This record gives sequence, structure tokens and C-alpha cells, in this order.
Amino acid sequence: MTQLWDFSGGIHPPENKQQSTRRPIQAAGIPERLVLPLQQHIGEPAEAIVSPGDRVLKGQMIADVPTGMGVPVHAPTSGTIEAIEQLPVPHPSGMADWCIVLRPDGEDQWTELHPLSDYKHCDREQVLQIIRNAGIAGMGGAGFPTDIKLRPRGDRKVETLILNGAECEPYITADDLTMREHAAEVVSGMQVMAWILRPARCVIGIEDNKPEAIAAMRAAVQGTRIEIAVIPTKYPSGGEKQLIRILTGLEVPSDGIPADIGVMCQNIGTAMAVSQAVLEGKPLIARVVTLTGDALHNPGNFQTLIGTPVSYLLAQAGLQGAQLNRLVLGGPMMGYTLNSDAVPVIKTSNCVIAATASELPAPAPEQPCIRCGQCALACPMELLPQQLFWYSRSGEFEKAEHLNLFDCIECGACSYVCPSSIPLVQYYRYAKGEIRQQQAEQLKSDRARERFEARQARLEREQQEKELRRQERARAAAEAQVKKQAEAEQAVQQADTVDERAGKAALVQQALERKKAKAAQAADTDAPPPANATEDSQPLPDIDALEKQLLQAQGKLNTMQGMLEEARAQQADNVDKLERAVAKNHDRVERAQQALTDARKVLAKQSDAPAPK
Amino acid sequence: MWTSFLIAVVVLLALALVFGGLLGFAAERFKVEGNPLVDQIDSLLPQTQCGQCGFPGCRPYAEAIANGEAINKCPPGGESTIKALADLLDIEPQPLDAEHGAEQAKRVAVIREDECIGCTKCIQACPVDAILGSAKHMHTVIESECTGCDLCVEPCPVDCIDMVTIQPDIRSWSWSPPEPDIIATDRQGART
Repeated sequence: MTQLWDFSGGIHPPENKQQSTRRPIQAAGIPERLVLPLQQHIGEPAEAIVSPGDRVLKGQMIADVPTGMGVPVHAPTSGTIEAIEQLPVPHPSGMADWCIVLRPDGEDQWTELHPLSDYKHCDREQVLQIIRNAGIAGMGGAGFPTDIKLRPRGDRKVETLILNGAECEPYITADDLTMREHAAEVVSGMQVMAWILRPARCVIGIEDNKPEAIAAMRAAVQGTRIEIAVIPTKYPSGGEKQLIRILTGLEVPSDGIPADIGVMCQNIGTAMAVSQAVLEGKPLIARVVTLTGDALHNPGNFQTLIGTPVSYLLAQAGLQGAQLNRLVLGGPMMGYTLNSDAVPVIKTSNCVIAATASELPAPAPEQPCIRCGQCALACPMELLPQQLFWYSRSGEFEKAEHLNLFDCIECGACSYVCPSSIPLVQYYRYAKGEIRQQQAEQLKSDRARERFEARQARLEREQQEKELRRQERARAAAEAQVKKQAEAEQAVQQADTVDERAGKAALVQQALERKKAKAAQAADTDAPPPANATEDSQPLPDIDALEKQLLQAQGKLNTMQGMLEEARAQQADNVDKLERAVAKNHDRVERAQQALTDARKVLAKQSDAPAPK
Repeated sequence: MWTSFLIAVVVLLALALVFGGLLGFAAERFKVEGNPLVDQIDSLLPQTQCGQCGFPGCRPYAEAIANGEAINKCPPGGESTIKALADLLDIEPQPLDAEHGAEQAKRVAVIREDECIGCTKCIQACPVDAILGSAKHMHTVIESECTGCDLCVEPCPVDCIDMVTIQPDIRSWSWSPPEPDIIATDRQGART
């Protein structure tokens, strides 16, 4: 008997699992249209590598992640790519994202598969690559790419590999049925992962409310070193951190991952997908989805192609539309309400609940917190839900963060026990979102500051270089001058006559005088007539500015025209652009001229008026 | 009697000298370069470098705030920045000074690329080097680096730069707080 530990808190909500376990897994079949979101995992979205109109085969890769973290997407059946467009995807926001739409041709024709019957003789890296290329991401809900999870950082050794068969959330039975019917595949998948990681211990944790699954798994692990641990039923024992606590007594550090303490948790569905990918060469194109709720005539588990619209599945399970009140994706504790049944099933969707009004009634109105402390007792992460609630509500996110808000696993146990029916988890999710957004903004502003400062430094450097060059030129000019003078003097000395020297000096004198006169003349013409300037100092700068504007506009227009003519001469392709630009600048010149004449008129009036005085 | 007074005075004087010397030494030895408050203020400002506050960039404004300038002249930062600054400086938050502009949703500059003539004027105007291009070739804005300061709009000779409000998408979405609900008795009343 395996030694078990207990975690603090937890609750015992009604299980409601029997509705969907009465019948074996059924095949949902091929719908008329499959919608495959490009992002079904954590990381970078995949990029489509097919185009509308292409014919694809079942299992063919249709989107891949070229750089960064992510896994590819495959065609779940053969057919034609109809479109690549934005469509609603399963997400609490109800927003749309990029999807590939596939119209099945009904032939269900497989692409060529490359099974690896004897993976133990291959390189581990090669097997990890197969897992990645099969598009496998954690099927428990988060969707973290499995191949990356199976590559713990160099200094971390996984001592315990855990397969999470707890499935503690009410209603959901997908893993239960998978273990009952595909026990051998689940075990072989776990063996592949164990071969990659070489852990000292392999455990499958199953809650004691699934006796059939336990029996099936016990039979399947005969002759292997895999243990089956039967754990007491308590929500949320299927939470990764809770299950690790139950099975090993270890606690995952805050901000850490299980690999930090030498443990790794994998999902039942993921193990089956790994087995199929490695041993059969099949990518992840289907999963088991629980369809349950009182609004369904035939609740049960369905082997569903990824991309199958929820509406199609509901029809398969005998939806009684009139009774449907709320559609929930995921479980009743951690799932979210779907606004539309047009969204597809993705790799992480494990359950759809079609609930009647009496089954999942609208949440009762929120009442003031009475400080009963029930939430703190129920919290499986030993947090302080009350304090987190105060701080999240009042926007004091720093304090909430200080109380380890980010350790909250959003299991919903606190909201479940709250006698004032406060939607605590939503407050925490909101606070987490705000904090993340603030962090992102901070990051962006830091980068902007860096760029600004770098630019400032560059401009300064350029200025200095310019200055240096100018000085260099001035020095060179001065040197040349000195040289010239020296030469002249030499020449004078050589000439040897005082007369000539005097004559030269006179010439130089004359030249200097001419220059002075020129300078004076230039100064006269440059300077504006001083008479008006002193009298009407108020409107005159206006005229100056306007004149300057006009000149600028004319200058701009001239350059534009020059560019246009040049472009015309060369028959460049930007002629029409330049024509538009010239027209715009014409307007500008006209406006400036208008403004100038107006200003002049005003000025004339003003100077006329005081004249008679 | 007088000697004890004298002793007290001498002792106190000696102590004052010793501690004065110590303090003077510490002030020299552990001198902080620049004003650390300016850095703190600067880190709270949004770094759009837009100059709407009347200063040529965020850092100059931070320096001005450290010297007593009003904290409500930053429209891109808006209420949240004013609140953060008020917290830091321990003064009363003031409403945003309308003279310097109103708080707007986050925006980015977008160049209508088929109208761009490649004059490089916007590149010179951009305070964070977020515009890419060269003379007589099309320019484009690096969206992730654009701070939405709109300093590039004015210099454009062909007016081909638009300021576009950033639409929330599925990746930037986050949960909104629960709506304040009616109280229980109200709902019961509404049902009957």
C-alpha cells in the first residue's frame, strides 16, 4: 500500500459523474465542417502551412510553429481547406482567433504514418521530436507543449513521474472512461515518458470513486514497475500541486514548477496521445470529450475529432434545446460559460456541460463578506482568500501579490463555500490580469526609455562628430591661409623692392575694403526695414513667421516638383504619389500666401490708423 | 561649580565635533550621484516621450516634478500615473490638467504605405526610433516599439500617418471584475 499524505482544505461537491459513465466511449463521427484554431497550446500561435483550396489527408500537418514554443496542428480527417479566417474559439472572452476551416470529404484517408515500434533503440531527442511533431500539448486544460515539459532543465532530475487520473472535478469522466477502455495505451504512453525521463518511481493516482478504472489500470500495469495509488475523493486532489502533495508529501515551491522538486505530472489523455504518436505514428487529432448535463438526452463520452463544433456534439448527445439554460466548457468549478455553441473542441477541451436552469442556476447575488473564514479553510493552497478579496476589489494589487495571489490555482473552492456567494475567483482572475497588464506596460515603457536614451546618445554623438569635422576643416583652412601668407611673404622678399611691397599692401588693403563694403551692403539688404519694426513690434513678427512659412512651403513644393519631374523622366512607379504630394503642397502654399496677405492687410490698416496723429 | 559647567560644555563640543566630522565624512564617502527621486518618478511615467507635458521627454518632466512641478500634466499616463506619483511623493492626487490633453486609449502610428514618399521626416521625429525606412523608400512603424506619441504625424508632408487605437484581442484580454450586483432582496422582489 502506497503511503499517502493529505493536503489542507478541499471540498466535497456533488460528483454528478454517473450520468456520463453509463455508456462506453462512442465515436462522434465526422461533422460537416471542422474548425481548427491555430493556437490550442501555451506559447506562440502556429502558422498555417496550407492554403484555401488545398486537399489534405488525415493526420497531415497543416500548421506549424516555426520559432518559439508551440506545437503543430494536424488535419483530423481528409478533406479540403475551405478558409483560414477569424472565428470564435473556446476562450472565456468569447473572442475570435485565427482558425483553419476544413471541409471533410468523408473518405477519412490517412496520410503516410511512421510508427516507431522499437523506440527504446532510438535517441531520446528523436522521440521527443516525434512527440512535438504529433502536436501533443497537455490535455488536462493548460495545453503546455508536452515535449518541452518532458525536457526538464539540465540540473533537474525527475525522480517521480505521476500520471494524473484523479479527475476530481464534478461531471467530468473523460479520463475515467479512457482508463477503463484504453488502459493498455495509457500505460504504454507512460512507459514512453518514463523511458525519456528515467524516474525512480512511476505512480498513477486515481480517486477512489472510480473502481472500474482502478481495476482496469491494475490489470494493465501487471508486470511493470508502475504503481497504482488510490487516493481519497476530495476536490481538488487532481490539481497538480495537490496530487504531488498526496503522493509524495512534497510541496511545489511558490513560483516553482514540479520539476524543481524532482516530480512531473502528466495527464491521462496526454499519455494516450504519446503512446499513439510514438507507437502508431498518429498525431493528436482526436480526444475524448465528456458531454453531460440534464439538458442532454444521451449524456456520455465521445471520441471527438479536434475541431468538431460543440453544436454538432450536442446534437449527437441528444440536446433538448428548450431545457438548455447554460453551456459550460470544462467542469462546473473551473470551466467557463460558452456564449456560442459554434466554437470547436480543441486539444484542451475535456467536458461540455449542457445544464438546465435548476442544475446550474445563475449565481446568487453577491453579499457583503461576513468574515466567517470558510474560504481560508477550503483553500487547498493555504492562501488567505479574504485578504486577497479585499485587496483585489480595492485595486491594491501590490498587496494582493505580496499575499501570493499568483499561487492561487483558481480551483473555485473558496467561491463554492462562501455563504455570501462572493465570486472570489473572478476577483482573483481580474487582479491577476491587471497585474500582468501592468507588468507588460512597465516592460514596454522601460524599453521605450532605453530606446529614447540610446537615440539621445546617438544624436549627441553625431553632433560631436559634426563639430569635430567642422573644427578639422577650420584648422585645415587656417593652415592653408598661413601657408599662403608665408608664400606671399617669401615672394615679396624675393621681389626685393619696397615699392612693390607697398603696391601689394595697397592691393590687399583695397581688397579688404571691398569685402567690408560688400558685407555692409549684404547686412543692409538682409535686415528688414527698421522703420516699421520699431513702431509696430506686435504684428511684425507675425509677418516674418508667415513669410518664413510661405518660403518653407514654396521650398517644399519646389523639391516635390523637382522629385516629380525626376520621377517622370525616369518613369518611376511613384509618380502618382508624388503628384498627390505636389497637389497637397500647392494647397499649403496657397494657404500660407492667403495668411500672409491677410496679415499684411491687417498690418496696413494698423499702420494707416495712427498715421494722421 | 563653574568647572562642571565648563566640563559639560567641553564634552558636548567635543562630541559635536566628532559626530560632525563623522557625518561630513559619510556625506562625502557615500554620496549618491544625481537625484534618486528623479529615477523613481521617471520609472512611473509612461515613457511615450510625447512632450505633451511641455517638457522634451519623460525624464525632463521627472526632473521638473522632483523640483516641484505639478504631477497632472501627463495625458498618456492618465489617472493611474497621477495616483502612483501622488503615492510616491505623498501628495494629494489632482485631476488631469486638461490644458495638456485628455487621456486616450492606447494608440499606435500606422503609415499608409502606398502613400509614403520616403522623405524620412517621420523617422527623424520619432523619439524612440520606432520607424523603419530609408530615403525614397517606403517607411513603416515597428508596432511593438511605438509609444503612440503622435510626434510623427505633423512632419509628414503627405499626411499618410494615422493614429490607430489598439483594439483588445484574444491575447491581451483579461478578466473584468464582477459587476456590482443588485442585493438579494431586490432580485427576490423582481421574481415575484
